[in-house]
Parts: sequence; structure tokens; C-alpha cells
Amino acid sequence: MSAGYGKLPAWVDFGLIPLINLIVAFLVAGLVVLAVGENPLRAAGLMVNGAFGYGEGVGFTLYYATNFIFTGLAVAVAFHCGLFNIGGEGQAYVAGLGVALPCLWFDDLLPWYLLFPIAVLGTAFVGAAWALIPGWLQAKRGSHVVITTIMFNFIASSLMVYLLVDVLKPAGSMAPETRGFTEGGQLPKLDWLLAAVGFDIGSAPFNFSFLLALLMAFIVWVVIWRTRLGYEIRTMGHSPTAARYAGIRESRIIIITMLMSGALAGMMALNPIMGDQHRMQLDFVGGAGFVGIAVALMGRSHPVGIIPAAILFGMLYQGGAEISFEMPEISRDMIVIIQGLVILFAGALENMFRPAITTFFATLSGARASASASASE
Amino acid sequence: MEFFDTLIVVLQSTIRVSVPLILAALAGLYSERAGIFDIGLEGKMLAGAFAAGAVAGITQSAILGLGAAIAVSAALALVHAFACITQRGNQIVSGVAINFIAAGATVILGQAWFQQGGRTPALGEGAAFSRVTLPFAEDIAGVPLIGDIYSGLLSGHFLLTYLAFALVPFTWWVLHRTRFGLRLRAVGENPGAVDTAGISVVWLRYRAVICCGILCGIAGAYLSLAMTSGFVKGMSAGNGYIALAALIFAKWKPVNVMFACLLFGFLDAMAIRMQGNPLPLIGVVPVQFMQALPYILTVILLAGFIGKAVPPRAGGVPYIKER
Amino acid sequence: MNEIAIELKGIDKSFGPVRANKDINLSVRKGTIHGIIGENGAGKSTLMSILYGFYQADRGDIFISGAKTNIKDPRAAIAAGIGMVHQHFMLVENFTVLENVMLGAEDGQILNSSIAKARAELKRLEREYGLEVNPDALIEELPVGIQQRVEILKALFRGADILILDEPTGVLTPAEADHLFRILRQLKDQGKTVILITHKLREIMAITDEVSVMRRGEMVATRQTSATSVEELAELMVGRRVLLQVKKGPTNPGEVLLEVDNLTVHDSRGVAMVKNVSFTVRAGEIVGVAGVAGNGQSELLEAIAGIRKLETGRILLKGEPLTGVGVADPAGLRKRGLAHVPEDRHHMGLVLKFEESENSILGYHDDPLYVNGAFLNIEGIRKDAAEKVEKYDIRPPNVRLKTANFSGGNQQKIVLAREMERDPSVLIIGQPTRGVDVGAIEFIHRRIIEMRDAGKAVLLVSVELDEIRSLADRVLVMFDGRVVGERDPGTSEGELGLLMAGVTQAREAAE
Repeated sequence: MSAGYGKLPAWVDFGLIPLINLIVAFLVAGLVVLAVGENPLRAAGLMVNGAFGYGEGVGFTLYYATNFIFTGLAVAVAFHCGLFNIGGEGQAYVAGLGVALPCLWFDDLLPWYLLFPIAVLGTAFVGAAWALIPGWLQAKRGSHVVITTIMFNFIASSLMVYLLVDVLKPAGSMAPETRGFTEGGQLPKLDWLLAAVGFDIGSAPFNFSFLLALLMAFIVWVVIWRTRLGYEIRTMGHSPTAARYAGIRESRIIIITMLMSGALAGMMALNPIMGDQHRMQLDFVGGAGFVGIAVALMGRSHPVGIIPAAILFGMLYQGGAEISFEMPEISRDMIVIIQGLVILFAGALENMFRPAITTFFATLSGARASASASASE
Repeated sequence: MEFFDTLIVVLQSTIRVSVPLILAALAGLYSERAGIFDIGLEGKMLAGAFAAGAVAGITQSAILGLGAAIAVSAALALVHAFACITQRGNQIVSGVAINFIAAGATVILGQAWFQQGGRTPALGEGAAFSRVTLPFAEDIAGVPLIGDIYSGLLSGHFLLTYLAFALVPFTWWVLHRTRFGLRLRAVGENPGAVDTAGISVVWLRYRAVICCGILCGIAGAYLSLAMTSGFVKGMSAGNGYIALAALIFAKWKPVNVMFACLLFGFLDAMAIRMQGNPLPLIGVVPVQFMQALPYILTVILLAGFIGKAVPPRAGGVPYIKER
Repeated sequence: MNEIAIELKGIDKSFGPVRANKDINLSVRKGTIHGIIGENGAGKSTLMSILYGFYQADRGDIFISGAKTNIKDPRAAIAAGIGMVHQHFMLVENFTVLENVMLGAEDGQILNSSIAKARAELKRLEREYGLEVNPDALIEELPVGIQQRVEILKALFRGADILILDEPTGVLTPAEADHLFRILRQLKDQGKTVILITHKLREIMAITDEVSVMRRGEMVATRQTSATSVEELAELMVGRRVLLQVKKGPTNPGEVLLEVDNLTVHDSRGVAMVKNVSFTVRAGEIVGVAGVAGNGQSELLEAIAGIRKLETGRILLKGEPLTGVGVADPAGLRKRGLAHVPEDRHHMGLVLKFEESENSILGYHDDPLYVNGAFLNIEGIRKDAAEKVEKYDIRPPNVRLKTANFSGGNQQKIVLAREMERDPSVLIIGQPTRGVDVGAIEFIHRRIIEMRDAGKAVLLVSVELDEIRSLADRVLVMFDGRVVGERDPGTSEGELGLLMAGVTQAREAAE
């Protein structure tokens, strides 16, 4: 084992180091802003203001955050089992069928509160099904889940284009999308929720699925930390040999984890389809599946970290849109850069600053610690 | 005869779309045979395409554009190398990060510098690559069959096209006939063997990853300076991932890589050609199915139903000296 | 003839708090076979890794042929004429012999000339040393003995004058080992210097000219092989340790609870590690398995625990067979009353990133005591863990603390508490006190005796001979995958040491 692991106080491990990584990611992003000739501080101010300064902004921020909570949870659940599910994008995309079809079938017959549970089950089921094959291939045939889920993203994309263009598009329409849903297929907005704290969300599509996202965050926490299954998943993720010792069946856990991950990613489809557009459009996922990777890494795969991380990215999405009015040089693609930088510094380079920090804390508690260490040997 | 003409046209476009795949897949081959997985081919290619478009647009020189593409792509490769080799970070995570950074940065910088909605400036004469006519191509164009194949199919491509195909045997030769190749293959299988033989694992892997960056850069330059004239945002359009699929499909072997890329390119060309036209016996095949076929085939291969794709044994694992 | 090939002066090396080599001095004469013997963990491999440039010594100097040499990496070692055959071969499996031999010693950027040269050189080496091997064969298709030959060829190809072999016979059949020794003698006759690291006394006696003994990181003696005896070496190796005397009453064995019958087990490479082993363990007795690490004890334990599949034979738990040949079900075995304290607590017995309380249920996590349906009974788990923490005096007494933050002894107590407090019928324990501080050792030993006195059948595997002698009621000695003898724990250390080293005629020799 490398020296220094597990020797730092918990708040440094789970608080300080991720924070430093995040700050570095944003500093580098600031350099990009500088490179395009804008003032990064002003950009940051605009962004925060655009995201939280007024009701509609907050509404949009939380609308985007809803997507990222779902996909962040999806990636995190897989991480707990030591799996890297890059396929959230595709799982969410295909899972659009799980909400769109029930809405197309029943939107005239059922009120939203009856259609919603069907749609939740539908998205979860389709998303899980799309993750099942990569999971099964990993568990039974050892095909690397990273590669297969990437492939499944593209297969999903082709499938959905085909369905939207050739099957689901109403006759006579040009746009590759389903018909609009009637009232039964429309989730109510959560304007009252923000009104309670004095915001008017205006036209922001902040809707009921946000509550589902929070519920899922809670359920994920319960499943991972409070159930036998979660215990087995975490054991697998930390130490496959210990799992074998404990009699945990590896392939079963891998498949179940991928099903859960796919179901969570799938539920993301509810938010834009039933909550905002009230129809299924081409490419409605819009990269949220990938944002989930950054959110999970930043939130350290814990719901308590994932929700703020998702809101941060919601802020970036909404605030980014605002910035582009004031600073035309900075479009929403800035978020994609930040996303990449967060993944790089909070993920691949997560231990870059650890040796320095460890040294710092070692010198801080220097003589005392070494004296007690040598005494205990 | 009409069928034959169609075939020539389809094969021509097969070659055209296969070139970036071949370059990117060979790029991945250098990295992955050395034990560093790279799902960042897409990002490096995109960044290369942007750099090429930008520099060629400003300087009106294709060669400078190519050089810029290589430099930028290699720089991103070095980031990947630093994260994976020096910092022993997760290779997949690092690759994902690079893809996003490239996807975002090319748009932001493009818009800021050129203000053309993510496009780079129009390329004049000499700023884009021009086509090469093979010797005697015009003379024998009229000869049936041979003329069609030689003048119609083989002649009239870009220099980079011929380079890409020449790189296939060259890569094979490098891997199997040079010291660098021998060591590169060894470090991807058993870095311990390389280390105990007195060779630096770190430096060797860095070099392999830099090779990957250079080739991705060339692939990018092809996109923006040959295939089209100038950079358009998101123009790598998943080519990097298809190249990755082709690399796996080819079981990490150079000559197989070429055939896999040609196959995937052919599927692409057919998809465009067939749009709406029924195939005999099968009927209308949705274009999207043809587009998804490379990925479906790769998954089937990965599942072990057609042969077995065994990645380099030390792939994905940072090298740590055993205690 | 009596020139010194290698001289080490004052070599010191620590890994964190562990001092693997303490002030080592060694000189090896040119043209001899020099043995280095010692128990596992004595520091032999570390010393050789320093000589080969894999690690840097903290202190001390290396002299090659009288000249002080700085060996900063394997390249420098190769340049100084040192070649090494590692215990785990450093070969590229899907390369040919020729490619492996060339790797790192190529002639130039382009291989053509190197290939021709290597081919010729291999021919020459084959002639000179009888090292026959097909240069175009793939490594993965060659038997282990031939693979080792390739490792030797690699070293010779690089012009090695000094050849280090680390436990070379561990993976070889006796016939292959004999062949290896013939080769080594031939190398010696050609003027090469050979350093042979082993824990097998017989090999030392059979082939070396001189032998140095290491014990716990120190070089304790160097002898002319002709002027020493197996007995003396065994004693030097093990040392005269104060036997930790544990109070224990006479044993009162009951019915057979664990029976192992003609068991054969393979390791992950498919090499037979346990060969036709049979024995029984009765209620109320401790059966100790002694042996140098790597002689099949680990695989034996894992097979009984249901983690490793059986090739042949069967294991009976309370008279009933484990589910069958090849089927593994550790969870089911626990329910049937088998508790397992694994040898490697870091990778198997514990999840270091878990809280203490989470580890206290590992393997028993579907017990109604800890779960309500699908949910974990966190309250119950923590309360139960806290009770164990108190009973076993685990410190710090914090069940929420991450397991990695406990000391070795306390980590081991976490495992012991979990396995012992389940009232098992059969308890199998591997290396109960490895990396455990002295205070905890006594506690652990006492608990094991208490288990016996409570009528459990205990199987104890340990590489610490004195631990086996002080705890066990019967001692089985394993060597090369077989049980080579059963002895009374009162048997002298020397005799057991000989058995552990594979010298089965110990009795006759002693008489």
C-alpha cells in the first residue's frame, strides 16, 4: 500500500482534498475564460446570479439538477460495485420509451398522478433492460462494461433516431418527435415549492420529477448503506476477494448493480419528457448521462455529495446560458469544458495533491505523531 | 455496368470515410498495446481537427495546420499520460475527461477567435489538402475495369489517405521488427519483464501514448483539411469511438485494424447510399441499423461469440513495482 | 579462484516501520554456488532485489569484483554483470523465447540483425551449457521448467557473470529441479558465480559451496557447506527462540468434526498445490499445520473454506460432505458451523475501507441477528460489534472507525471476534498472529485454547513453528503440497525444521 493512505483525518479525505481538486478544475476553467478575453470573476458572478439571482433562474437550475441527480446516482451506484457505467446516456435515451409510450397511450385516459407511476416503472424498466446486457456480459463473459456501455450508447442513439423518425413521428410532421402529450402526460410544476421561499419560477420547467429525484437519492442511500444488498455491493466494490470469502456471488451482484444503475439513469427521461417538453424529442438527454460521471466523482458517490454536485452543474447549465447573453464568447459549451476538468481533477488526478497535503499534515503534527508512532511499534 | 459504377462510387466513399478511422484506430493501437487504454481518441481527434482548421485558416498553409493538429493532440495525449502513468489515475476516467475538454474547448475557442458559430475561417487554395493523381491515371482511365479501378478508385485521393494506408504495414513493421515495437508490446503484456530487463516502463509508455497523440492529430487534420474544408464543431462525430470499436474488433492487430475500419467505413458508405433504397431479399434496411452495426458487431465480438478479443494483459492497470 | 565476486557491506533497508534488512554483510566468492537460506520473511528476497537494483538500500555499499558499484536500477545491475531469475518469471507469455531473450538487450533500433545474432547466441549457449530450448516456441506453451531455462538464458545472453536464482525450485518437479542443478553446476564450471536463494535445506546441501543464513532481516552466519550439517543450518535458520508458553490442559478429543480425504487442489495457474492430503480434526483438539509458506497450506485452508475448488477428494464437515467436488459455497459452510480466520486479513478477512462494525458481520451479513428482511439492523450490528470490541479488548473501542485505522493486532482481533463468537463447531485459522504485536499474541493464543476447551475442532495453519508447538495437540508438517509427517508438538524444533525443509529421513539421520 502506498504510504499515507488512510492516515489523514476524515475531513481532509472527504472534504479538503475534493475541494482542492474542484478549485483547481475551476481555476483552469478560469484560464479558458481568460483565453477568450473575458474576466473570469465577472463570468462567475454572472453565472451565480443567473442561476440563483431570480426565481426563473433557480427554477431552471433545479430543473437541470434533477437530470443530474438521476444520472449521478446511476454512475455512483455502479461505482460502489467497482463498475464504471458510461452508458447512462444511452440508458436514459432508450428509457424515454418507458415514459413516452405510456403517455401516448393513456394521456387522454389517466390523470398525471396515475400515469406518473406507470411512467416511473416504465423508465426504470427500460433503462435497466438496456443496462442488463452489458452487465450480463461483464458478469458471465468478462466483457469490459466500459466498452460495452459505450457501444450501447451508440446503438441506443441509432435505435431512437429510427424510432422517432420512422415510427413515432406523427404522420405529416417534419420534426423527429412524438406528438405532444395532453394533460395526463404533463407533470405539474413545483412553483409552489419555490413560492414558499419567495421565488416565482416563471416559465422554468422545474417539475414534480425533482421530488422523485430526491426520493431516489434517499432510496439509494438506504439501499447502499442500509440493506444487505448494498452491503454486498460495497464489499464487492472494495474487495472482490473479501466478497468471495464472505460467500457473495459476484455475477449476481454485478448484474443487480447494473440493473439499478440503468433504472436510475432511465428515470432521468421523466424530467424532460413528462416534466418539460411533454413530448419525446430527438436527443432529449443532451449529455446528462455524461454529466452524471462528473457529478458522481465530485459527490464522492454519496447522495449527500451528489445532490449539491448536481445543483452545481445545474447552476453551470443555467448560469452558462445566462452568461452567453452578456458574454457571447462563452456559450454553454463552457460547461462541457468544466465538466471535463472536474472529471480530470476529481477523478483521474484525484491523488495528485495528496502527497503534498499528507506531508503538510505530517509536518503539522510532526514530532508528536512520530513519537507516538515509534512508541506503538 | 451500372452496378459496377455504383460499386466504385461506394468503395471510393468507403476509403474516404475509413481514413480517419484507420488513423485513430492505429493511434489507439500504439497506446493500448503498451497497456494504456484510451477512450479519448475522439477528443484528441476533435482537438486536432480544430487546431488544423484554425491554423490553416489563419496561415493558409495545410502543412502548418497538420503540424498544429499533431502538437495539440500530442499535448492532450501527454495529459492522459501524466494522469495514467505518472499519477496512476484511472485510464477510463482520464479518457472521458479529455473527450469533454476537447468537445467544449474547440467550440468555445473557435467562437471566441473566429466568431463563425464554431467554424474556422474558410480555407483558400493550398490551405486544404489537395488530391493526388497517381501516375498514368489519366492515360488508362479509359481502359475497362483496370482503368476504373486504378483511375477511379485508387487514384485521386489525398496524400493523407495514402499515408494512412501506408501506416498499416508500417505499424506492423514497427511492432514486429523494431526494438521500440518489441518493447512496446512487452510493456503492454508484462511491464515487470520490461522493468527487470533494465528498460524504463514509464518512459516507454509515455512514448507509446505520444505516438497515439500524433496519429490522432493526423486523423483530425484529415477531417478538417481533407475530408471537408475547415473545422465544424463536433466534426469527429463519434469517429473516435468507432475507431475504438474497430481496434477491439481487430483484436489490436494492425492489418486487422485496416480491414475492420474498411468494413465499418463500408457500412457507413452503404448506409448513405442505400437511404430508402430496398436491398434485394431483405427489403428496406433502416439507415440507423447500418450505422449501429459496427457497435453491434463489436459487442457480439466482445461477448465471445465470434472469436475472442483478448486485450493486452497489462492494459488498464498502472504499473507499481511489487514489494 | 578465491577472488570475491560480490561483497555487501552494511546493507540496511526499511519499508515503513518494517526493517527488512539489518546491517547485512555478505561476500560471495567467484566461481562458487553460494546459498542463502532463511525462513519466509527473513529478508532474502529484499536483499537480492537491492542487489538487482529493484530497491535502493537505505545504507550500505555494494562491491562487484572489488569495485564499489552503485546499482540504481536493473539496467545498472545488468551492466555490472548480474542476472536474476525471479521467483515469478518475468517473461512475456505471448512472446517467443527469442523475443523474450532479446528484450532489453537488442542490438539496434531495427531487429533484423538482433534476431540473427540472438539466434546464434542461443545456439552457442545451448551448446555450452546444455540449455536446450526451441527459440521460436511461445512461452505460454512451454512447461514451467523450460520457462525457467529461458530466464537463465536471458541472464546469460546479457553476459551475466553472477546469476541470482530466487526460490527456483518452488515451481519445479523433482526431475526438473535435478536438471536445474546440473545446469547450475555447469555454469559454475564455466566460471560463473551463482547465488541460490531457498528455504530448502536439502538443496543447499546438495549443490552449494557456501551457505549464508538469514533470520529476521539479519545475516546470522556463513558456513562452508561441507563443514556444516542440516541440523546446524535448521537451528540457525529458526534460531533458539523463547517458546511462548501458553497454559493449556490436556486434550480430550471427541468425535471427528472435520475430515479431509485425499484432497488435491490447484492454484490459479493450474499447478497442483495440495496433493492427496488426508487428515482429521476432532472436537476439542487443535491440529497444527506447520510448514514453510508456499507449500500448499494456503490452498488447503481455502479449499476447506469453500473458496477454492477441489480437484479430487472430499472434505467432510461433521460427517457430511461439502457440497461436492468443484462446488464452492462459503456462505453455506458458515451456516453449517465452519468458521474461517483467513491468512490474509487485508485482502480477504476484512474490507479495510469499512467501518469496524461493518467488518464484524462480513460473511454473516444475512444472519437474522443483523438483518430485518432486506435491511441491515444497524442498531443491532453496532451493539453486537460493541460487545465484541469490549470482550476482545479491541482498541480504539470505536465501532464506527474505518478498519484501516486499527493496528494489525486489533484488526486481527476483529476477525477473530467475528469468527469465534458465532459458536462454530469447526474453526480453521491461518497465520493467527502474523503482523500482530506481542501483547495481542498472547490474547489470541489464549482465545484459541479456549475454543479447543469448549469442544471445537481447530485447524491451525502457521509458518511460526513455535506458535504451532505451543498451541497444537498434533502437528502435521506440509511440504510441497503433501503432509510429510505427523508429530507430537513436543518434538524438537530441529526435527520439525528438517521435515519442513523436505528432509523426510530425519529420524534415521538423528538416530
